[in-house]
Amino acid sequence: MIRYFLKRLAGAIPTLLAIVTLSFFLMRAAPGGPFDREQTLPPEIMANLQKAYGLDQPLWVQYGRYLRALAHGDFGPSFKYKDFTVTELIRQGFPVTLQIGCMAMLLALGVGIPMGTWAALHQNTAADYATMSLAVAGIAIPPFVVLPFLGLLFGIYLHWLPVAGWEPGSIRYLVLPVIALTLPPLAVIARLTRGSMLEALHSNYLRTALAKGLPLRTVILRHALRPALLPVAGYLAPALASIMTGSLVVESIAGLPGIGRYLVQGALNRDYTLVMGMVILYSALLIVMGLLVDLLYAWLDPRVRFDA
Amino acid sequence: MSINRGAMIALGLMLALVALSLAGPWLNPNTIEALDWSHVASSPGLANAHWFGTDRLGRDLFVRTLEGTRTSLSVGLVASAVSLAVGVSYGAVCGYFGGRTDYWMMRIIEILSGLPLIFFVIFLTVIFGRSEALLFISIGAVGWLTMARIVRGQTLSVRRQEFIEAAVASGAGPGRIIAKHIIPNVLGPVIVYATLTVPQIILFESFLSFLGLGIQEPHASLGTLIAEGAVEMQGAPWILLVPGSFLAVLLICLNIIGDGLRDRLAKEP
Repeated sequence: MIRYFLKRLAGAIPTLLAIVTLSFFLMRAAPGGPFDREQTLPPEIMANLQKAYGLDQPLWVQYGRYLRALAHGDFGPSFKYKDFTVTELIRQGFPVTLQIGCMAMLLALGVGIPMGTWAALHQNTAADYATMSLAVAGIAIPPFVVLPFLGLLFGIYLHWLPVAGWEPGSIRYLVLPVIALTLPPLAVIARLTRGSMLEALHSNYLRTALAKGLPLRTVILRHALRPALLPVAGYLAPALASIMTGSLVVESIAGLPGIGRYLVQGALNRDYTLVMGMVILYSALLIVMGLLVDLLYAWLDPRVRFDA
Repeated sequence: MSINRGAMIALGLMLALVALSLAGPWLNPNTIEALDWSHVASSPGLANAHWFGTDRLGRDLFVRTLEGTRTSLSVGLVASAVSLAVGVSYGAVCGYFGGRTDYWMMRIIEILSGLPLIFFVIFLTVIFGRSEALLFISIGAVGWLTMARIVRGQTLSVRRQEFIEAAVASGAGPGRIIAKHIIPNVLGPVIVYATLTVPQIILFESFLSFLGLGIQEPHASLGTLIAEGAVEMQGAPWILLVPGSFLAVLLICLNIIGDGLRDRLAKEP
């Protein structure tokens, strides 16, 4: 299994390299540069700036330099946020993004799985229909619509929670953004769990377990849940992608100092290194998640082997 | 049966929404750009011609929301058509030729679907300006991966059947076999998936427009309207509530229709 893990990890390197290369050249293909202002700079200053950041070199040389720095874990200086390196910017903002991301993911799993199980146990009752209607709404309505609605209701009308803002260590500011982020993956997880749980409930081994006289609770938790979680495990990487994408907008609506805002702003400002850093970070996260999912599969389903 | 009744209701609501958005310009005297300085950020009501109220610049929200609905729907349809065309031909070629071609083409799909594609769409829209044509293409380009997988799977089972062999024996080339014999036989699941692609793409477009990367002023999509409304939430919540509800209803209806269609087709052998 360790061999498999290492093999997969090594397999991720070409993928990551392809992503780096593609985004590097795509970004440079864009018209405009990081030092374009309303007033054009005098050519001598422009030349100096370009030289200071190594932008006067041919593209291939720049690419080589970037890769070499990257191999040493250096994302380079930000072009827009002067005096900051990309690593520093990410180090400042990432804990916030990570915190809301993890909370949203845990909530999606912790609520979605019981919800789907419950709906499956009450198949074709009002409870089932109500849960699944909620799930359709959760899938259909995006976080950037949900969050302002929640802010309007709980912030402006009820005064329970702040609409936007940030205070280190205070969880009050995170409640609404996390709820908005978690709803779409939660809804999908509830639906997936319901479907696979129904399948498990109609299987022969479950009938056997019940016929042995085991209590329903034990049967569900011990026998039905594990195979029923397989599709949920398969959905984890897309769920992570959905939460990441959501955090791009949710952080800006809620005024959280995460890294979500850097990608779009960085791309608009032609802050080459910042955008590259963000793309690499997010891609690496997704790749690692994909790997974890494969390991999780093997734990959930002993028939899966790491032969390949 | 109850699921299909739900889908029929959703279909009816959806058609009503489409009809309303198309008939919008004839129902209300206001235009999307006209500024009414005597009614700035006025609340919804029948007292004046601004049925859904106006925004901060005095533009009529009824007309703008319907324009936004129209934009979102057309982006959804065109971009789905792009992803349909690319996904179906790619998947059919993979499944038909098999072997090494299939292996490498599917590897490409695997790598692409491992990437956070939304970032590349953001890249593309930032880099190559914000033309609507590009918006359609880049969004459509994101949606084709799953479609290609589905079509490949279907093609693999179709190509083993005798009529394909007969077509080969009668001298038809691969292009003709794929276009005339394979694609028509895989259309069922394709239609279902395409129906579910439309709401995803509408969601995606409104996300981009919300970020300011999609549809540009003075034109409106539901995403740009929601972005405007989110800013004015405190003083004039209807600027958010009206387009937000339209988007929510539209997406819920499309999802229910897609689900209903899938359940229906899955039951038929």
